[in-house]
Amino acid sequence: MSEISLPEEAAALPEILPPPAARGRVAGFVLRHPGIAIGGGLIGVMAFLAIAAPWLGTVDPQALDPANMLISPSAGHWFGTDMLGRDIYSRVLYGARVSLVVGFAVAALASVGGMAIGLVSGFIRALDPVLMRIMDGVMAIPAILLAIALMALTQGSVGNVIIAITVSQVPQVARLVRGMVLSLREQPFVEAAIAAGTRTPRLIWRHIVPNTLAPVIVQATYVCASAMIIEAILDFIGAGTPPVVPSWGNIMAEGRALWQVKPFIVFFPAFFLSVTVLAVNLLGDGLRDALDPRLGTRQ
Amino acid sequence: MLGYIVRRLLATIPVMGIVALTVFSLLYLAPGDPAAIIAGDQATVAEIAKIRASLGLDQPYLVRFGHWLWQVVHGNLGTSVFTGQPVSAMIAERLEPTLALMIFTMLIAITVAVPLGVIAAWKHGSWIDRAIMVFAVLGFSVPVFVIAYLLAYVFGLVFRILPVQGFEPLSRGFWPFLRGLILPSLALGAIYVALLARITRAAMLEVLAQDYVRTARAKGVGQRGVLFVHALKNAANPVVTVAGLGVALLIGGTVVTETVFAIPGLGTLTVNAILERDYPVIQGVVLLFSFAYVLVNLIVDLLYSFFDPRIRL
Repeated sequence: MSEISLPEEAAALPEILPPPAARGRVAGFVLRHPGIAIGGGLIGVMAFLAIAAPWLGTVDPQALDPANMLISPSAGHWFGTDMLGRDIYSRVLYGARVSLVVGFAVAALASVGGMAIGLVSGFIRALDPVLMRIMDGVMAIPAILLAIALMALTQGSVGNVIIAITVSQVPQVARLVRGMVLSLREQPFVEAAIAAGTRTPRLIWRHIVPNTLAPVIVQATYVCASAMIIEAILDFIGAGTPPVVPSWGNIMAEGRALWQVKPFIVFFPAFFLSVTVLAVNLLGDGLRDALDPRLGTRQ
Repeated sequence: MLGYIVRRLLATIPVMGIVALTVFSLLYLAPGDPAAIIAGDQATVAEIAKIRASLGLDQPYLVRFGHWLWQVVHGNLGTSVFTGQPVSAMIAERLEPTLALMIFTMLIAITVAVPLGVIAAWKHGSWIDRAIMVFAVLGFSVPVFVIAYLLAYVFGLVFRILPVQGFEPLSRGFWPFLRGLILPSLALGAIYVALLARITRAAMLEVLAQDYVRTARAKGVGQRGVLFVHALKNAANPVVTVAGLGVALLIGGTVVTETVFAIPGLGTLTVNAILERDYPVIQGVVLLFSFAYVLVNLIVDLLYSFFDPRIRL
């Protein structure tokens, strides 16, 4: 009689696990990848604020108004004003542009640069020891210090900040790519491609690069998060963009002397920076879990 | 063992060489002519050229690098453009606060993070695990100065139980010294705790799935014995490795933490040197921190055989 009950139990299974198609597409994605959904969503909101900043009730973020300095958050100035009378709400919204541009630009440049160095190192074995010793040397200088040292050489500008942070982030990507290239080269499908007469450029482009992309994308999100924090730190200690630029680090630097009496100046940029970096990290963790749980290191 | 130590020491030489070359190039590329600064406003071109020759500034790049390196290995890091003091003396003066802050932070962070990681792995999938991992993501995401201001605001201004700025040297008593370090260490340590808790959890999960852990449970070893004797020691190597690599985060963070809490250490020295464009000082601090970082990771490598005797050195 136990045989009879079996089909019934089997029939009950779909109720416990409805097929993915039965759920809404969006809801299903959010449930399966909460990190990607929440992180991506928050980054989307930040990007919208950054792009639409001029139409969101802001004033000129650099406009001085000495008559209205150090006003606490109120209806006229949602986030208050700083010691030069500049509207902090406007500066914070425009500041999203600086953070996002620096974060994305460094992530893109460091990925491309790191991949190029990693591929060269993995394929031209004569150059490998030299390149990797240079990468080790650069990695031995803590990222923030290297960026500070490079910024000390040049004028403070968003472009120079991007270059300085990129230099400090390239070695990690290069090491990651080199390691993957070395192990991919031993894979049967690569040997098969070589045996079939595939030339090296095509081998790299068609067989190696696509297989390194997923971990590099995950690493790029971590680089993006680090870059945003380093950018804010550079501005905060006076080694980054010039103080007139409305960036979150600069707003915090201006609020530094007054934080005990006017904590709101530091609070709003700090909050936005933290939420943005959190969003990028959630996206990175989500992508890592979705693409490959074993790859992608953070440092 | 001795052979391994020697080989490992030799392997750090090229790395330190690259670091030294990078740091030297920084000064080489720095704008401004030291000879013109020393000669003063009234100097003629010939006088400046003479000073330049006497300083060896007319020599080629690699010759100058050799001279500079020779000075550095003899402890001479040059003199500050701004104060005229030797850089090594300025660094020595400000070493205590930074060293105290970093050591204290590491001690707190490791005592907090490792148990958190062990608990998260033990209660894998539970709400405790999830809460610890949410905390870890937050630790990665909230920048050090944000945590610093938050802590200073709550404990320094609202409750008024801890000082929010300054540093008391150890010579003025242990308790004042410790009190001043608590808030800066918590702020600096947050990201380090997050990093270590994550790696401890990951390493523990891997070890807890091993056969010998099942054997230990089967022969009746208690939960605590399994976690801390059988599992933790075998999970130690990745944790120690990441603890060494994470020192880079502490070094970067100390620059910011010291600025927020007005601690007169190497971090504030760096920030002041940047504002004054005092290149020899920037160079000296970067060189010192990088050397310390390489040294820490060398020690980490040597610790491997202590935690895992299977690794023959």
